[in-house]
Amino acid sequence: MMQEYTGKIREAAKRLLKDGKVDVFIGYRKGTVPMMNEPVSISDPEKAGLLHWDSSCGLNLCNYLTKRTDRIGIIANGCNSRNIVTHIIENQVKREQLYILGIPCTGMIDPRAVKRAVKFREIHDVAERDGRFTVKGEGFEETFEKKDFLQKNCATCLHRNPVIYDELAGALAPEQEGLDTFRDVKKIEAMGSDDKWGFFNRLISSCIRCYACRNACPLCYCSTCFVDEAQPQWVGKSTDPTDTMTFHILRAFHCAGRCTDCGACERACPMGINVRQFTKKLNKDALELFAWEAGLNEGQRPPMDVYKTDDYNDFIK
Amino acid sequence: MTYKVFGKKDWAETLKAVRASYRVFVPVREGDFHNFRPLEDETIPNFDFFNTRLSPKSIVYPQSERMFECLTDPESPEKGVLKESAKDYTLQAIVGVRPCDAQAFQIVKRNFDNPEYSDPWWVRRFESTILIGLGCNAPCPTCFCSSVGGGPFDEGRLDVLLYDLGDKYAARGLTERGGEFISKLQGGNPADGKVMKEASALAAAANEKITSRLPSDKLGQKSVTALFNAPFWEEAAFSCINCGTCTFLCPTCWCFDIQDEVCGKQVDRIRNWDTCMSSLFTLEGSGHNPREKKFQRVRQRFMHKLKYYPDKFKNGVQCSGCGRCVRYCPVNIDIRQVAGLMNECEEK
Repeated sequence: MMQEYTGKIREAAKRLLKDGKVDVFIGYRKGTVPMMNEPVSISDPEKAGLLHWDSSCGLNLCNYLTKRTDRIGIIANGCNSRNIVTHIIENQVKREQLYILGIPCTGMIDPRAVKRAVKFREIHDVAERDGRFTVKGEGFEETFEKKDFLQKNCATCLHRNPVIYDELAGALAPEQEGLDTFRDVKKIEAMGSDDKWGFFNRLISSCIRCYACRNACPLCYCSTCFVDEAQPQWVGKSTDPTDTMTFHILRAFHCAGRCTDCGACERACPMGINVRQFTKKLNKDALELFAWEAGLNEGQRPPMDVYKTDDYNDFIK
Repeated sequence: MTYKVFGKKDWAETLKAVRASYRVFVPVREGDFHNFRPLEDETIPNFDFFNTRLSPKSIVYPQSERMFECLTDPESPEKGVLKESAKDYTLQAIVGVRPCDAQAFQIVKRNFDNPEYSDPWWVRRFESTILIGLGCNAPCPTCFCSSVGGGPFDEGRLDVLLYDLGDKYAARGLTERGGEFISKLQGGNPADGKVMKEASALAAAANEKITSRLPSDKLGQKSVTALFNAPFWEEAAFSCINCGTCTFLCPTCWCFDIQDEVCGKQVDRIRNWDTCMSSLFTLEGSGHNPREKKFQRVRQRFMHKLKYYPDKFKNGVQCSGCGRCVRYCPVNIDIRQVAGLMNECEEK
């Protein structure tokens, strides 16, 4: 089903560009390595054939909308659409600029899990069909069920369908139900302080401060990030563990009440760090303390940027 | 030159025994990937890898390195006196380095050790390092070493070349220092004609397996301005998120930034790897930034590797074809494709 969207995406992009409804169309094109597709922007309707969709479209396209002023056609699955909503709420783009082709999504394939399953043999090709995919390399070929290899955020996703769109690429996908979305967070919450500290220190011990996690995140659009500030300099730039931890914790807190758990950060990390362990805790807090999930509603301000006179907390009055 | 065969069964112990003469680095499995780590008593070397996730460049050129230090203590007679930090130049051996990464050291050397400039720390540490290469029996689809002056069994930049022959390694000395390393390894038997033949066949087969290439043959004739002003840069850079993955994983990227850090009364002057993908890289004190836009930074990376460097040093491109940037770029910007665009770019 997911691959059939490719035809629909190409058709829509061509139509929208030809009719002058949009100046550019943003989607993905097939990557040069397996399980990797490249975000692409097309302005020539004749190039719509470049567009591609499969279960390896992991980078959040909302990244490419920030502060644009032109009219943009864009594809958006559940999480990406929630980031578009967040972008609209935070005045990074206007709804009127956008033509959203909604993608009912059944999740992305986790390349790391696939590599583990084939015992780290070199993968030359991955072909997807009807909820299954076949992995080929020198001297091996194995077929797997996609549902067993979902990226971790997709496995616990409760919003597969776009929350905002002008047109849909296919029938709405059945939403997942009855999942224990925060099982991993609860496990960490149950630890004592020392174990937690140890856990998070081990988690980031291989960090090389490349900032792929931050830059893959559509929420991180500050013109100067706190780690890049020089006057004053808040964070050191070496690989000192204190500085690295400061970066990770502060990055996560900047995303509190805004993160849609799209998983782009984790997918982007060249060192395979599960950076969502930071943001997911804050998503859980946002849900429990404010009954809030980011990006579901264009008309509602996020809990971290709103003040209500009838707030039930005493300290704020 | 020395040519010996060592059984794999005792290989880890053989390497541990040679630590009396060298600090030894070996590939170690860390979760889903391998990296080079110092060989300690408890280390389990693992040579079952395509290549390490991080290149071995940090063994010679650490990501963060203390250059100088001083005290701010007003009581101290040495207050504010900058002193060179102690450095360790113990003789070291990187065992299992792939030929592409060995070539990368030579590429970096042209920058850190040339008639114009000589970086004291890089040069001394490189001089105290011997490279014990491991030929690639199974190059990946993202490997293109043979189109950038190397090859899966390229000997040119190694001290020793190891051939993985299933249950044993054939170790061929290529330099005097390499021969010395082999002679210090305990056990092993001299390689016979059969082993040598097997090893050469392995190398020939591996060469055949490399199908990927970096097109660069026409780049030398093109003018810098034409390439700089080529129309494709914005499109090629569209997907870039300006992270440092490509530059930090690259074995040939050498740029650094210098920072002073104060902790209590101690000041450290540290040099850290820098990345031209960051807008901070060129941000000037005045606030002006000559590479303010993303496409300018992406262009810089490719122009440096494929045009400025080759034009300056006349010794090929600044890339050894390891493919790390291709494999781990979060948005799939592929140097082979960009090189193709540059190579085919028409002069106006």
